[in-house]
Amino acid sequence: MGLESMLPEGFLTTTVDALISWSRKSSVWPMPLGISCCAIEMMAAGGPKYDIARFGSEVMRFTPRQCDLLIVAGTVTYKMSKVVRKIYDQMPDPKWVIAMGACTSSGGMYRTYSVVQGIDQFLPVDLYVAGCPPRPDNLLNALITIQNKIGKTKGHEFKNEIKPETAIINN
Amino acid sequence: MNDVMEEKILQKLKEKFPDEEFISETFRDELTITVNAGRIVDICRLLKNDAELLFKQCVDVTAVDWARKKKRFSVVYNLYSLEFNFRLRVKAFIENDEGSIDSVTSVWKSANWYEREAYDMLGVIFKNHPDLRRMYMPEEFEYHPLRKDFPLLGIPGSLPLPQK
Repeated sequence: MGLESMLPEGFLTTTVDALISWSRKSSVWPMPLGISCCAIEMMAAGGPKYDIARFGSEVMRFTPRQCDLLIVAGTVTYKMSKVVRKIYDQMPDPKWVIAMGACTSSGGMYRTYSVVQGIDQFLPVDLYVAGCPPRPDNLLNALITIQNKIGKTKGHEFKNEIKPETAIINN
Repeated sequence: MNDVMEEKILQKLKEKFPDEEFISETFRDELTITVNAGRIVDICRLLKNDAELLFKQCVDVTAVDWARKKKRFSVVYNLYSLEFNFRLRVKAFIENDEGSIDSVTSVWKSANWYEREAYDMLGVIFKNHPDLRRMYMPEEFEYHPLRKDFPLLGIPGSLPLPQK
């Protein structure tokens, strides 16, 4: 605090990590992957009554390349799992994943041969949202929890790994 | 009205195929006729084209797995006559060992995808089908999930997941 007394009024000091994580968590852009009924509740969370814009996440992008939060909202079948993984791979780092609803988290009531029993079998999941489907309040709670998680991150945790594609371009 | 139509269908079939056996039963005012699987295409063509029957709409083609029965699979055709507002169910038990029956796509175009579905789910082979590929499951999948000997939770490792 010693430095601030020497600065003119209106200035404050902070760390770069805190500034970056604050700006990251204040505008999380979700990728809405609505593949069944949870998508309806996700849309309700985006509507005027629940209004996800209050938390800075109203910009639902329909391209994974502009997103940093993947909301998997719905039953993921084995056939769909390749698509979900591809969308996740296309998102730029840093990125987070919400598994919304019972089906996505554990297969839910679809305990059968065609449905993946939990997307954590092929994706790193940050947060599971309970419910079938979860209410929009529950999704907003999940978003706030993710924001708190992002707020605790530090810049050096996201060193860019050289991926096979970029290595080819560099050579 | 229904009785007249039922009699007419059976009479026409027996007239055209005198040496075939037709077993008919009525349940809740719906007629089911069990026919010989070997003649299925000819029988379907008659049902569709006869001026007094006109079953122009093929509503569904599906199959049933009878598990322990000697004739394991039966193929079921749900037909509808728009002209006479009459629904008919035609059943055929597959008798050969390879589990195949002739495709009726030459009679009704709509049977194409129904037969693909029955092939995917139960492994019934439709001969002379123009494009007998799987309908729902991935093409490299080896099993037929609606067969009675297929476990509900599937066979572990038969459907690959992406790398984590």
